[in-house]
Amino acid sequence: MTFRKYLVLAGITVFSTAGDSLLARGMKALGNVSLHNLTGLLLAILNPWVAAGILLLLAFFACYMSALSWADLTYVLPATSLGYVLVALIAHFSFHEEISPTRWLGIALIAAGVGFVAVGPSVTPRREHRESPSVPHDTVSQEVES
Amino acid sequence: MKDIYAWAAIGLIILASTTGDVLLSYSMKRVGDVGELWKRRGILAVVGRVLRTPTFALGLMAMGVAFYSLLFGLSWGNLSLVVPASASLTFVANAVAANIFLHERVGRRRWIAALLVAGGVVLMAV
Repeated sequence: MTFRKYLVLAGITVFSTAGDSLLARGMKALGNVSLHNLTGLLLAILNPWVAAGILLLLAFFACYMSALSWADLTYVLPATSLGYVLVALIAHFSFHEEISPTRWLGIALIAAGVGFVAVGPSVTPRREHRESPSVPHDTVSQEVES
Repeated sequence: MKDIYAWAAIGLIILASTTGDVLLSYSMKRVGDVGELWKRRGILAVVGRVLRTPTFALGLMAMGVAFYSLLFGLSWGNLSLVVPASASLTFVANAVAANIFLHERVGRRRWIAALLVAGGVVLMAV
């Protein structure tokens, strides 16, 4: 794990959280979109909050796909849940929202879970190749070299 | 009756998003380290290679199904039930599916992590 890879994981957390928040803010400004009024859903893209949210979610998806190319799914997924913690902490420290004891406990559980995974290896050897560990997950570099 | 629909939607969300995550993870493992590929061949090679992986499109479709299931679930059930229930159970389902289909070695450490995160997500939404 290099510093750059940790940056990609941080990108997953930050971009998904910020993107969701912007989308939520934009959709609230637009009001209820009913299923009978689907053109309203298309026009929602013109709202600057929604447009910015979509851009950030695209950035999230790029980071997510990049991380999945070199790390296990079970390693990457907990990183996405750190967003819940991030939102709660921002709400607490910037907007002085009260956080209930159960939510603090939730924050602690998620943080502990992420810590548990982050300390371990990012890629586990595939079980079926246990006898022949010479088969790594990235075959690209060899392919590019040839 | 409303509850049955809400839980059916939750089940559908879990199934679709787990399928999507597994397919996307499988595709990206086949593509290989995109950082390396980008350095050697440029961004266009990365995009081209990802788009030419058939399971990637299937994964995206599964994610789309999960998104629309969420929308329908939200129209039947409460936000405070549908979102935490589907999000936390998806973490557990993903650990199981990664173990079975991706042959990731989900050791004790990752099982505990999946359960901690799942529990934490539920508590955050209460």
